[in-house]
Amino acid sequence: MPFKILGKIQIVPTIHQMIIDAPKIARKAKAGQFIILKIDETGERIPLTIADFDPEKGTVTTIFMEVGKTTKHLSTLNAGDSLQDFVGPLGNPSEIEPSDTVVCVGGGVGVAPIYPIARAHKAIGNKVISIIGARSAELLLWEDKMQEVSDELYITTDDGTKGHHGFVTDVLKKLLEGDEPISLVVSIGPAIMMRTVAGVTHPFGVKTIVSLNSIMVDGTGMCGACRVLVGGETKFACVDGPEFNAHEVDFTLLMNRLMMYRDEEQQALENYKCDRGGCQC
Amino acid sequence: MPVLGRNDMPRQDPEKRRSNFDEVALGYSHEQALAEASRCIQCKKPTCIAGCPVGIDIPAFIQYMADDDMDAAIRELKSMNALPAICGRVCPQETQCEEVCVLGKKGEPVAIGRLERYAADHEQDNIETEAIEKPAATGKKVAVVGSGPAGLTAAAELAKMGHSVTLFEALHKAGGVLVYGIPEFRLPKSIVQSEVEYVGSLGVDLQLNTVIGKLDTVDELLEEYNAVFLGTGAGLPVFMGIDGENLSGVYSANEFLTRVNLMKAYQFPGYDTPVKRGQRVVVVGGGNVAMDSARCAVRLGAEEVTIVYRRGEDEMPARNEEIENAREEGVKFKLLSNPTRILGDESNWVTQLECLNMELCEPDESGRCRPVPLEGSEHLMDVDVVIIAIGTSPNPLIPMTTKGLETSKWGTIIADEDGLSSREGVYGGGDVVTGAATVISAMGAGKTAAKAINNYLKGNK
Ligand SMILES: Cc1cc2nc3c(=O)[nH]c(=O)nc-3n(C[C@H](O)[C@H](O)[C@H](O)COP(=O)(O)OP(=O)(O)OC[C@H]3O[C@@H](n4cnc5c(N)ncnc54)[C@H](O)[C@@H]3O)c2cc1C
Ligand SMILES: Cc1cc2nc3c(=O)[nH]c(=O)nc-3n(C[C@H](O)[C@H](O)[C@H](O)COP(=O)(O)OP(=O)(O)OC[C@H]3O[C@@H](n4cnc5c(N)ncnc54)[C@H](O)[C@@H]3O)c2cc1C
Ligand code: SF4
Ligand code: SF4
Ligand code: FES
Repeated sequence: MPFKILGKIQIVPTIHQMIIDAPKIARKAKAGQFIILKIDETGERIPLTIADFDPEKGTVTTIFMEVGKTTKHLSTLNAGDSLQDFVGPLGNPSEIEPSDTVVCVGGGVGVAPIYPIARAHKAIGNKVISIIGARSAELLLWEDKMQEVSDELYITTDDGTKGHHGFVTDVLKKLLEGDEPISLVVSIGPAIMMRTVAGVTHPFGVKTIVSLNSIMVDGTGMCGACRVLVGGETKFACVDGPEFNAHEVDFTLLMNRLMMYRDEEQQALENYKCDRGGCQC
Repeated sequence: MPVLGRNDMPRQDPEKRRSNFDEVALGYSHEQALAEASRCIQCKKPTCIAGCPVGIDIPAFIQYMADDDMDAAIRELKSMNALPAICGRVCPQETQCEEVCVLGKKGEPVAIGRLERYAADHEQDNIETEAIEKPAATGKKVAVVGSGPAGLTAAAELAKMGHSVTLFEALHKAGGVLVYGIPEFRLPKSIVQSEVEYVGSLGVDLQLNTVIGKLDTVDELLEEYNAVFLGTGAGLPVFMGIDGENLSGVYSANEFLTRVNLMKAYQFPGYDTPVKRGQRVVVVGGGNVAMDSARCAVRLGAEEVTIVYRRGEDEMPARNEEIENAREEGVKFKLLSNPTRILGDESNWVTQLECLNMELCEPDESGRCRPVPLEGSEHLMDVDVVIIAIGTSPNPLIPMTTKGLETSKWGTIIADEDGLSSREGVYGGGDVVTGAATVISAMGAGKTAAKAINNYLKGNK
């Protein structure tokens, strides 16, 4: 029973939005959870965060960045095509509780998964300050949507083409040094960014949550591919997370384990490009 | 006077099979099957039946085979066992039906498993599956969770009783361990597929990609269904808790086997999922899971594959046949040895395994020998892939999301002999109740629970 793609657009270069017909998942999804999809018989199972969901229309929205074979293949699919497998909602939902100001920090494609979390905090009346960043202005994602769910929105670009010239963590540090009563920082983005965020908030003693993107297979706690070290204990990101206390996460291990299949990923991508006539082999 | 020796089953040559995933055991020829069937002396009081957890009338099906009536033989088998092609291959017959066959006293027991396999394969090859008579619908709905042998059997039995059955499976393929754990060369996936299709042909509605406890909880299922059967297996990998277990290149057997079998990593890059092909592979453990992992590693091209097991060969829980197969394929056995630490390089890759030699003491009152470490015997082995195959326990997802569902300290669901759990209308069976066991015992549990559910739905209990 394949899952129909209802819409696919490129929002910024190499980053796409895909809307999938999955009524049951849409009814159950909560901010912070993810799905696992497999395009076809020979495909790999890959996890993507649920960036938005509509229980009435029965749709689930994901945002993905082209990084390797599967995400490149995914980017060639369009409305009317379908995915063979689509399973979720997986992982624990974000904890959304009344609190002082919440700062949501999203980097790159991580802006998409931070959106439903910001929206959920806003919905229960928390003050939300968001900081979103990208390498360059043309790669900046969902500024308008983030604006809607944030009391204040800061933008940063690595090359200074929009907003603050520099990293999201520069702005975060300033906010922490100011008078704003910040009780929670939630951050999603590349592992290196989340590690820096953790380093910035640590001296201020502010609770900091990150969503870990370890390599996964089943997403149900059955294989242990996704294991991460949190507070000195091995956890399975798919069932114990994906969100964890940033100050306890061993980011070096996470980043090392993400590199585990680098050679194979490279080979898969080369083959894929060749199959599509992208090279002379 | 019966023939003392059983008919050998042809197998693929070890040198050849080391580099392919094709089935190792090739099955009897028609003549061999007839000859083996005629070895059975048709005991008046057959002891073999009690050795089969699902109570197959063994002499009856064998007699049909001896008479060359394979259709009747398969009908007899299928009246008690929905998955004969699978059981004929993976049942530990030497400790079940064949162990108690009378011929075993003087010579070798009848090769019941091989005969069962032959009859089942013959059906796949030769006859159209008979049109199944649709029983009168009872109007009752049952949800079966998990499509391993326990769930498949329960679903088939309940459908045959006229209940409307939905089978929920978390993964994208049905079959449980039969598809993600047991490798192609021991159990071809096409066989599992046709058994799954058979269950579907009984009217069971199979819902893949559905994680119960996440998409719907058991309580939500009970709003729509009159009863629930939990056959969710024991799929949670156990690690050793030693240093270095999170290094890259260290796998749980579940992950390694899932990548290789379910995701077909042995066909990478034709299939997208990769697996690390190590040159020096160590598998820790001594059960079927360890043998399967080691034999997969051999086929992925490893130079040296070693099983590290803390007790002796006699204590190894794997089937003798599989230990033998592994040895023939060049797997080394490092017995009485226990890993204490895994070492890695600066980029987190595993490089060495530290082991400690063990000594078996005299058996204690329970008959078990506890291995004791030999102080100071630590030594290092060079490795680039380590696979931990020391056991699994049930996934806590369902107990965690189901109020009042009692579990033991091992995480197994507590159920009575009918499979009834601590919650009304909720039954369980297979590995989730017993802890990791066998295909046939999971099927037996599925069948028992189906009967109990049927009684419950008819208001007899
Ligand atoms: C819970 C979870 C949620 C995620 N949500 C999103 C999302 O919303 N949008 C999105 O674009 N991506 C998300 N990811 C990452 C996404 O799953 C990977 O980018 C994807 O699996 C890559 O597949 P590929 O075949 O295209 O690339 P591969 O060939 O597998 O990898 C190519 C490159 O990506 C890196 N990579 C591989 N796996 C991951 C990973 N899990 N995370 C980060 N980098 C990886 C590799 O190191 C390599 O450099 C999420 C991951 C997890 C675990
Ligand atoms: C590598 C290996 C080799 C083995 N070799 C042999 C052998 O040679 N002979 C033998 O007799 N036995 C063998 N066994 C043991 C045997 O396979 C198991 O005892 C048997 O499969 C148990 O059946 P089950 O139906 O209880 O569970 P499983 O086969 O584990 O099936 C459980 C199913 O439930 C699904 N599930 C779990 N949680 C959920 C959920 N929340 N929602 C939906 N679905 C869920 C799982 O994805 C899985 O498909 C082996 C086991 C392994 C791992
Ligand atoms: S199902 Fe297993 S135990 Fe029963 S007769 Fe067949 S091989 Fe023997
Ligand atoms: S015990 Fe052995 S010889 Fe006797 S009926 Fe059973 S299989 Fe045949
Ligand atoms: S992805 Fe398999 S246990 Fe988390």
